[in-house]
Amino acid sequence: MSNKSNNNETQHAAGNGLLHRRSLLKASALGLAGGFLLPAKADWRSVPGAPQSTYGSPSKFADLRREQTIGHPFGPAAGSSSTPLQSLNGTITPNSLHFERHHAGIPNIDPAKHFLTLYGDVKTSLRFSYESLLAYPMESHKYFLECSGNSYRNTFPIAQNLTAGSLNGLISGAEWTGVPLHYLLDEAGLEKDANWIIAEGADASGHTRSIPLHRMLDGAMVALFQNGEPLRPAQGYPMRLFVPGCEGNISVKWLSALKAQKTPAYSREETSKYTDLLKDGTAEMFSLEMEVKSVITSPSGTMQLNRKGVYEISGMAWSGASAIRTVEVSADGGKSWATALLQSDNQPNALTRFRIPWQWTGQPSVLQSRAIDQKGNVQPTRDVALQRYSAGSFYHYNGIQSWQVSSDGMVKNVYV
Amino acid sequence: MIFKRCQYLFFVLLLISESTVLIASENALGDSLAPRLGEPVFDYVSSIVSPDGSGLPNGVGSVAEGKSVYEAKCAACHGVEGKMQGNHLVGGIGSLSLVQPTVTVGSYWPYATTLFDYIARAMPYGQAKTLSANEVYAVTAYVLFLNGIVSEQARLDAITLVAVEMPNKDGFIELGVFEPDAESGVRKK
Repeated sequence: MSNKSNNNETQHAAGNGLLHRRSLLKASALGLAGGFLLPAKADWRSVPGAPQSTYGSPSKFADLRREQTIGHPFGPAAGSSSTPLQSLNGTITPNSLHFERHHAGIPNIDPAKHFLTLYGDVKTSLRFSYESLLAYPMESHKYFLECSGNSYRNTFPIAQNLTAGSLNGLISGAEWTGVPLHYLLDEAGLEKDANWIIAEGADASGHTRSIPLHRMLDGAMVALFQNGEPLRPAQGYPMRLFVPGCEGNISVKWLSALKAQKTPAYSREETSKYTDLLKDGTAEMFSLEMEVKSVITSPSGTMQLNRKGVYEISGMAWSGASAIRTVEVSADGGKSWATALLQSDNQPNALTRFRIPWQWTGQPSVLQSRAIDQKGNVQPTRDVALQRYSAGSFYHYNGIQSWQVSSDGMVKNVYV
Repeated sequence: MIFKRCQYLFFVLLLISESTVLIASENALGDSLAPRLGEPVFDYVSSIVSPDGSGLPNGVGSVAEGKSVYEAKCAACHGVEGKMQGNHLVGGIGSLSLVQPTVTVGSYWPYATTLFDYIARAMPYGQAKTLSANEVYAVTAYVLFLNGIVSEQARLDAITLVAVEMPNKDGFIELGVFEPDAESGVRKK
């Protein structure tokens, strides 16, 4: 397949080589026609491979690793690890690669010694064992989970030359299965003034957040399974709260208590932290919903394009407010935009995969994606996103990610 | 029994597909679907301390007592008098609208009860939940004293802690809060 013959048949969707989808289909067909070669002789074609296993692991040739950040010099167990977005595709994050954020490490909890207690402004305080929760009606939904500090490095004054995962990987997507919270709240019987539920974790940080009752009744669950298997310890085994569309910090892991009360508790994690300082010195509190956002995962930071020709630009988009309506992609730093194909089932509060073909001629380019959700929220530019809060406030940053492709094919994070 | 549950679930799915306002109908069905396995508890001790003082234990602690606990168990990470760079607890009052604000217990935190709650549940890092109630009241008093919020003679207990006014108590805008609404019972502010 030559670039020349391709160019004759392509239809441009926007500037600097963005193509309509049917152009890519033609290009792929050409590629396939010339691609059927007998594989070179290899051992695995004649000698039996490894036996089966009790629990699988990825190919040793697939380099799948989370980047880890130590949260605090005095507390190495209080840190985070980010999903390697650039190594994955689709909308489901494997459990071993889901991002982590712990305030005091990962407790190793015996489910036989762990209980969830529902108390406070309720008619009857109740205690649920892990076994008993397994007997309740459950629901399964695909949801994203995003740390409100995701992409904080893009608020720094100088663009960091890092991968998509290192920059934006405090987000993951999974199918979460658990007991809708309304069953348990109904059983305990909420008092009339119980407007807030205070969730508490059993880890050494005793992580505590106050959540408005309406969010607890609208899709929140006590999650017991992630992508089909019991939660991993790093994700809250044996049980966690899961509140769709909201900052990950309120989906309290190792959930041990839910207290109903009239007011928030104003815990440290919702006053000192996870609040958003504005330029006038006031701060927003309980900014729980995550904003509309997207990131191109391929091509992305630190990748190298080794040939000119057609590439598939691929990434993911999400919004805490609703499903995604549209993702637009630019290859010329935002001068012109083309609509990408949304290629996954597009559910509210879930990751949506987008794709669009792109003809790279070797000239310097800046790739961007811009998500718009069903409520009409539009992902802002970096400059606009930074105007929202005081300098140095880094939660809830959702500015457009820009990847510069230089003429030698190197891809790096830039501010435009 | 299993078939019966499947029928109920099918009915729920039908409702979900037919209606976008399903909390009420789901709840009504929820009662009949849930096995109701919660065990009543009567002796649960809450660790949640709120600004109205709920959750505060009996006990009392002075600034002077807090200084000695702090120097033994807190200063290694937070520095002498709370001044460890990057982990400081004091200073910055009035700086929040500056280009480089200094965010500390004194300059930012809206409620003194939060300090008690957090020290009791999470500090010292690596030995959480080992301080006595008196020690937590005392360290709370000392950190507030370092910020100029209580006097050197202060003794804090469940009554006096709730009465402490923090400099930035009016500095927050609460989002996503619900107020009673005549039609639906709740609404978003």
